[in-house]
Amino acid sequence: MDRIYLDHASHMPVDQRVLKIAEPFLIKDFGNPSSLYSAGLEAKQSIEESRAKIARFINAENEKSIVFTSGATESNNLAIRGTAFRNLKDGKEVLASAIEHISVLNPMKELQKNGFTFNIVPVDSNGVVDLNKLDDLLTNNTIVTSIMYANNEIGTIQPIKEVSEIVHTKGRYLHVDATAAAGRIPIDIQKDSIDLLTLSSNDLYGPPGAGVLYVKPGVKVQTVMPGGGQERGLRSGTENVFAIAGMGEAARIAQKEMRKENARLEKIRDKLINEILKIDQAYLTGHPKQRLPNHASFRFSHIEGESILLNMDMYNIQIATGSACSHKTLEASHVLLAIGLKHEEAHGSMVITLGHSNKIEQVPVVVKAARETVERLRRLSPLAKKR
Amino acid sequence: MNPRNVGVIKNPDGHGTVGNPVCGDLMEIFINVKDDIITDIKFKTFGCGSAIATSSMVTELAKGKHVDEAMEITRKDVADELDGLPPQKMHCSNLAADALQAAIKDYKKKK
Repeated sequence: MDRIYLDHASHMPVDQRVLKIAEPFLIKDFGNPSSLYSAGLEAKQSIEESRAKIARFINAENEKSIVFTSGATESNNLAIRGTAFRNLKDGKEVLASAIEHISVLNPMKELQKNGFTFNIVPVDSNGVVDLNKLDDLLTNNTIVTSIMYANNEIGTIQPIKEVSEIVHTKGRYLHVDATAAAGRIPIDIQKDSIDLLTLSSNDLYGPPGAGVLYVKPGVKVQTVMPGGGQERGLRSGTENVFAIAGMGEAARIAQKEMRKENARLEKIRDKLINEILKIDQAYLTGHPKQRLPNHASFRFSHIEGESILLNMDMYNIQIATGSACSHKTLEASHVLLAIGLKHEEAHGSMVITLGHSNKIEQVPVVVKAARETVERLRRLSPLAKKR
Repeated sequence: MNPRNVGVIKNPDGHGTVGNPVCGDLMEIFINVKDDIITDIKFKTFGCGSAIATSSMVTELAKGKHVDEAMEITRKDVADELDGLPPQKMHCSNLAADALQAAIKDYKKKK
């Protein structure tokens, strides 16, 4: 059976058109962008072209606001630690939603160990940030508030414009992790008044190894990677020209094709959700409407997610799970716990994220495999009622 | 993934349960015994791939054995028989030997 890949939130293939643009920088047109001879200047030029493409992609007011990093984790670290340490005199409080990515939560926990106050904004059962609580927790000392645009595990899209208005009444900077959202929903930095925004190359079908932190003009941030002073001193280290050039092209293509592609994926998503919810004791996780067009996530009672993953793999279908057993830490997904699931419920999750390679014809194949997997694991499970 | 001896024995001679669904692993083992030899053994497991694999393996190892001999089967025996488990799974998902021992103790108590 042909492989069906349904884990695009975890990793994506690189678009052939992107590779065509980026590949020469590895072999033929190589050069250190800091060098002053032609090879270096050409490499530098390609980085600046990519910067312009990404600025257009998020409607940034200024190309200079785009800082290239190695990926979303580094961008999140720069946004949080970079603003926290740069603005020590003005406050030592940071704030994040309960369902942020671990690369947002862990830097904040690290700050907490170093004397900062770290508060967590709860979400409702659909995964939407509690705006009243956000308002309550904000103070004049809150330097940075991190709220993701959309969640990778449950697909819920946040009301970022409202979040932004609330954050800016008292707090200073709003950081938005748009890793899962970019390419799936249009992002407009200026409309939403976002101060810092994280993007990942691979999540746009670009090469892994590049990311972006958008830094609004006037935002005070310091580097977390001192060195040769590349990227306006905010991110030292020789630029990954191949990945950066690819990321720009990936963003350009996404901007051009997003509307059509996402309408296509939405149809597949809706059919998948309809069919999978017909399985006994299957439930949707995340918001039923305000969700990413490529995202379908579920939980099944009485069975465990890693077993679901392995069983689906026997059908050559690649899915993800928030089960503790599949994580290195063996802890249940903080996202599923935050939306109010019990531990034993959080263990039985299945996450599907669609992409270019998926077709509507695959839906019956996936649904049949899921149904058989659930029935099989329930026959094994001491928790399932029918014996 | 093709686990052996899945199921339940009604009115078993011995029954053992270990683990907790909150932690993500729960195992039940049922045995029938004749002249202190394990004649039938079945399991039910809620848990990850490793948990299911160790459950299946322990039932295979114990079947046909004297209960005292089966009592000696350790977590390590089960893991070795499976050619090892991922290090982080050695503790949480390797409860099968414990479940078997619980079932044998239950049998001895009833006897």
